Amino acid sequence: MVQPRIEHAADAARFIQNAERAHWHDQALWFVRAKRDKAVACVPEWEMLRDRAQQIKSHTLAHLADYLEQFEQNATRHGIQIHWARTADDHNRIVLEILQQHQVQRVVKSKSMLTEECGLNPVLEQHGIEVVDTDLGERIVQFRNEPPSHIVLPAIHIKKEEVGQTFHEHLGTDEGASDPNYLTEAARQHLRGKFMAAEAGITGVNFAIAETGGFVVCTNEGNADIGVSLPKLHIACMGIEKLIPRAADLAVFTRMLARNATGQPVTTYTSHFQGPVPGGQLHVVLVDNGRCTLRASDTFRDALRCIRCGACLNTCPVYRRSGGYSYHATVPGPIGSVLNATRDVKTYHSLPFACSLCASCSDVCPVKIPLHESLLDLRWEVVQQGQLPWSKRLMMKGASFVFKRTWLYNLGGRVARWVLPKLPRPLVYNRLNAWGQQRDLPEMPKKSFRQIYQERDER
Amino acid sequence: MRIGLFIPCYVDQFYPDVAVATVEVLERLGVEIDYPTQQTCCGQPMANTGCRHETRPLAFKFLKTFKDYPYVVCPSGSCVAMVRHHYREYLDGQPGFEELVGKTYEFCEFLVDVLKIDPVEGSFPHKVGIHQSCHALRHLRLASSSERVGASFSKMRQLLEPLEGITFSELERTDECCGFGGTFSINEEAVSCSMGLDRIADHQRAGTEVMTAPDMSCLMHMTGLLQRQGIRMEIMHIAQILAGREVSNEK
Ligand code: SF4
Repeated sequence: MVQPRIEHAADAARFIQNAERAHWHDQALWFVRAKRDKAVACVPEWEMLRDRAQQIKSHTLAHLADYLEQFEQNATRHGIQIHWARTADDHNRIVLEILQQHQVQRVVKSKSMLTEECGLNPVLEQHGIEVVDTDLGERIVQFRNEPPSHIVLPAIHIKKEEVGQTFHEHLGTDEGASDPNYLTEAARQHLRGKFMAAEAGITGVNFAIAETGGFVVCTNEGNADIGVSLPKLHIACMGIEKLIPRAADLAVFTRMLARNATGQPVTTYTSHFQGPVPGGQLHVVLVDNGRCTLRASDTFRDALRCIRCGACLNTCPVYRRSGGYSYHATVPGPIGSVLNATRDVKTYHSLPFACSLCASCSDVCPVKIPLHESLLDLRWEVVQQGQLPWSKRLMMKGASFVFKRTWLYNLGGRVARWVLPKLPRPLVYNRLNAWGQQRDLPEMPKKSFRQIYQERDER
Repeated sequence: MRIGLFIPCYVDQFYPDVAVATVEVLERLGVEIDYPTQQTCCGQPMANTGCRHETRPLAFKFLKTFKDYPYVVCPSGSCVAMVRHHYREYLDGQPGFEELVGKTYEFCEFLVDVLKIDPVEGSFPHKVGIHQSCHALRHLRLASSSERVGASFSKMRQLLEPLEGITFSELERTDECCGFGGTFSINEEAVSCSMGLDRIADHQRAGTEVMTAPDMSCLMHMTGLLQRQGIRMEIMHIAQILAGREVSNEK
């Protein structure tokens, strides 16, 4: 399927046109970022933890094959059935086959960005299997037939009044009701029925531990736990980068994940799975889907350390003002720009440029992914693949030509400073002048610094 | 002490007084200044657009221009970050390159870390809002950034604090980006301006009379917005305050 090229700036401009809403979106996410700042400030050794987390992840990625094998052996010993999926299609087929073998009609699924990435839901639905997302935010967007707009807060772009309307349509709540407690209670009752009826539970995986063969799922709603406790069949889907070597390493990450994601000291539920429930089955699907290719890249490998805390989205001034959908990808924001543009630079050519290089993402990241540097490196990738619009390339060629020649630079400066103030305003400020849409140009001084300096020297 | 003065191209052309103020402050401290006039642009706009071929000759030109000075000083965090963090791509292994990285300083850094100056005398009885330019902040660590945990510090504030009568605005978002971002200001015009307007509003709420920064580029962007909006707020580069410039638009 040929994807249309994503033009982030145009979508962002559309998002900002509704200034009130854009502002609200920015504030909602900044609130999370501020809460996060308070939570991490309570951990004096925070920066040490970041170093440690980075080292653990880098080490695991360097020895990934060994640790994957170790995980498989240990998991198998506990009766977990391991499946390997090279692509998204493989993953979907494997999950579908397991469900079909058990004649499953109804599935409950807790939050898993991997299954979003692979597009699992539509595949299962095509085969007549009902999939219910049980995370509240995910259920909201599922009702609305929308993808999540954030990896931790999937419905962050939706106001509570709109949730009320959605629930009124799907759950029969009172029209106009927007009280979060009332709406949550309605969702709870609705989901309870779905949990009771489910024949299988699908979850994501936050951390898989090579040494023990177990894995950990973190949620705030306990929906993963109930979703896999009632049915006898549990399928857990994970990207191969979710691995860590030892149980002892886990503490580093559980101390960081919730604090950095939402400002909570720890996720409400941190559930450890060591094997199937008595009489049941537990399957783990290990998915590559481009991760090995990314791992082979010296420049961009660091992105695989990501633990999907979402903090780089919350802190990104561009994400907050352009919304998740402007990225047209499962994972938006800084890490999404890196993951998607490394995968398909043509489609996502504009994402590396949706960044002011402020580097807040790199400072907030718990595993120290140099996100802003990767985005800068990706711009070079865009140029190399011939995906930079020729107008921009030409502008840069022209500027470089001038800057190489001091005399030409001097002349150009003089002419600009002389001409600009004399031009009638419409000639300077028009549709072609992006700078001037909302900003005045600097007032042109009579003399450049070098002129002043040289005159002083001559005196 | 002799330094090579590195003045960003847009400061040279549009904000000569920022460079003059830089010279004044440094000369007052006994620094001998040489401004090599063959310099133009460090190449950051091209580099940040991914145009490495177009950047390379400018990096070489820069090295040639500045390699023989004991120090290179520049009143822009962004341009210093370019030399310190991004020139390796072009100049790795070139004679004089490692030394260049080690001896190129942003203006405030140079005052605090190299000259280790005594408190600047003078008075500035205004409420100052410090805009923490991101490159100075997170690329050069001129101050502690709000994302990280540790002792808080600010070299800019350290320089300004001794001025008599000066007070500082307490911002809601202490170090959010203003949205300039070089060519980002053009590529993502809507987001860029929205970010700038939010910064300005934060400063207005905090009662900022004079907004200052170690980077004129952020200030150029916000001045443009302020003028278009008809908002009165004084904008000064930190070198201008330290040089004792008066606030211009006092009613
Ligand atoms: S890149 Fe870092 S900050 Fe962003 S989601 Fe991943 S771990 Fe969190």
